[in-house]
Amino acid sequence: MNADLGAQPAVPRAPSRRAIARARRRESASRVWREFRRSRSGMFGLAVLITVVLLALLAPLLADAQGLDVTQATGDPLSPPTSGYPLGTDEAGRSVLTLLLWGARISLFVGFLATLISMVIGTLVGICAGHFRGWGGGLLDRFTDWFLVIPYLPLAIVLATVLGRSLFNVALVIGVTSWAGTARIIRAQTLAVSSRPYLERARVLGAGNWHQMSRHILPNVSPLIFANTTLTVAVAILAETTLSFLGLGDPLSVSWGSMLDSAFTVGALSTGSWWYIVPPGLCVVVVVLAFTLIGRTLEQILNPRLRER
Amino acid sequence: MPGLPDAPVAVDEAAVRGRRRFPGTDSYVLRRVLASVGTLAFVLVFNFFLFRILPGDPAKNLTRNRQIPQEQVDALRESFGLDQPLAGQFLAYLRNLVTGELGISYKFRQPVFEVIADRIWPTLLLVGTGTLIATVVGLRLGIRSGWNRGGRFDKVTTGTTLTLYSMPEFWLGLMLLALFSVGVGVFPGIFPTGGLRSPGVEPGSLEGVLDLLWHLALPVATLALAYLAEYTLVMRSSLIDEIGEDYLTTARAKGLPDAEVRRRHAVPNALLPTTTLIALNLGFVVSGAITIETVFSIPGLGLLTYEALRVPDFPLLQGLFLVFSVGVIAANLAADLIYGRLDPRVRG
Repeated sequence: MNADLGAQPAVPRAPSRRAIARARRRESASRVWREFRRSRSGMFGLAVLITVVLLALLAPLLADAQGLDVTQATGDPLSPPTSGYPLGTDEAGRSVLTLLLWGARISLFVGFLATLISMVIGTLVGICAGHFRGWGGGLLDRFTDWFLVIPYLPLAIVLATVLGRSLFNVALVIGVTSWAGTARIIRAQTLAVSSRPYLERARVLGAGNWHQMSRHILPNVSPLIFANTTLTVAVAILAETTLSFLGLGDPLSVSWGSMLDSAFTVGALSTGSWWYIVPPGLCVVVVVLAFTLIGRTLEQILNPRLRER
Repeated sequence: MPGLPDAPVAVDEAAVRGRRRFPGTDSYVLRRVLASVGTLAFVLVFNFFLFRILPGDPAKNLTRNRQIPQEQVDALRESFGLDQPLAGQFLAYLRNLVTGELGISYKFRQPVFEVIADRIWPTLLLVGTGTLIATVVGLRLGIRSGWNRGGRFDKVTTGTTLTLYSMPEFWLGLMLLALFSVGVGVFPGIFPTGGLRSPGVEPGSLEGVLDLLWHLALPVATLALAYLAEYTLVMRSSLIDEIGEDYLTTARAKGLPDAEVRRRHAVPNALLPTTTLIALNLGFVVSGAITIETVFSIPGLGLLTYEALRVPDFPLLQGLFLVFSVGVIAANLAADLIYGRLDPRVRG
């Protein structure tokens, strides 16, 4: 509490409302962390995640970016692992390990960007659908249902073909096709929060829609948004891999999905070049699993419905 | 997006949504049908505008400027109503849809409708058997791990299915192909590397059927394994939701053995909400079929999608999007109606 008041004048006085809210938030965050630490699968996921993110950030130090240039490739095409190339080479003679490290950056970047887009749409639609009763909310409900039912990959494919191949477009397409589940969950929680007495009080005191949604509903649904974000990153990285495998990714950058695409197209399977197919897939599995485990653990802690069990 | 592994909120939603207004069976059916029609209308409108924002002249896009005389381009333009205002274009678009006129495929130089009709059966077979196996196995695993939550079986099952869930389906397919078709080291491959039938085998004969099963084994296994997690985890959390209920205590108090309580009381109730989720999942299974068919060269709609987007063949892609969407919407409607019959609570 005292730390919060650092900016306040030295004269003793009641802590401001903001300070109380901030202290409370910090306290609940540390409670969540204490519970999170007790989950073995959650901590495993977190450890894996930190390692992968560090490796991706340090890629420029670990592997020279020149290794990505096809024209400067030094190895033989599709040669098995040797001491110079710990994970062998691709069809152009580039080191698979270099591609893997640099690919992590693209896969994670697109995954995070897509998640951001997806969460913004999902949260906005979910809160509005739960807050506004009447035809507006009904329409948003329908809209969510549509996106929930329409199969995501065919939709993503037509969108990606029309928009063209770039990193941002891939993220946009994934974001636009993956928000509906989040909106559903946020909407349900908004409905639950809206019926609580203090929101009624706020309404009676003349709080507008914006004030209610931003000051009362959003803080109350934000734990769920947090848990859902980690689960959405997992989904987004899987979707990025799939779209890149289908050849809809950015042709100029290497991601784990585009590596699998090249490996499949050059027939790495029939030539027995396992070092080109197994590692990118394994990376995807490990990262997606890490995000899923973290997300499930957070959900167990933060979702009031799951807590009771 | 592939559904959240734990989806109790969605389960509740479905029940609440149905319960809110209009009591009575007929209005429930009517409401579900109307909702599906609404989704369908959205897909149609979306598809219409997507088609309009494509760069270039749509008529030329449809024919791709080649080997088509001007009169034919004009005829196409007229049949798509491109000389009319937007509302007229939309009517023309609807008329074309109803008559199955989806344009000409660039790649195959055939009407899109015919190309799609030719390739639909392998996909139905793959998605159908894959879903069936994933459902049966997934529900059984889910029941067993949910009933003994936190036990060793539960931990192993949840861990395994989550790992499978984290795999890109096509990569799982590639791994199975490498292990069982190409062969590893001294172990020879025992399954075919692709396609649906061996040359020279009569399709209708017993041998033909066995040959088909032999070809389908790996792709179906891939699909079933990749989507096992959804079914297992949904069933698991649905059963866990039931465990605290009073009627189970009553059943135990009557002296029923544990297995009977589970089989006759808990499971039937826990199964109910999974019906709608199985149908919702179908959208993801269909998505999975696209890449799995590509990896196993199964001549269905999925491989067709891959071929179309590599060109890219816009008319064919749009036709495929329509067919996939209509199929999933129809399956969801069917599941909702079945759910309504099974669980009277959502009707009233």
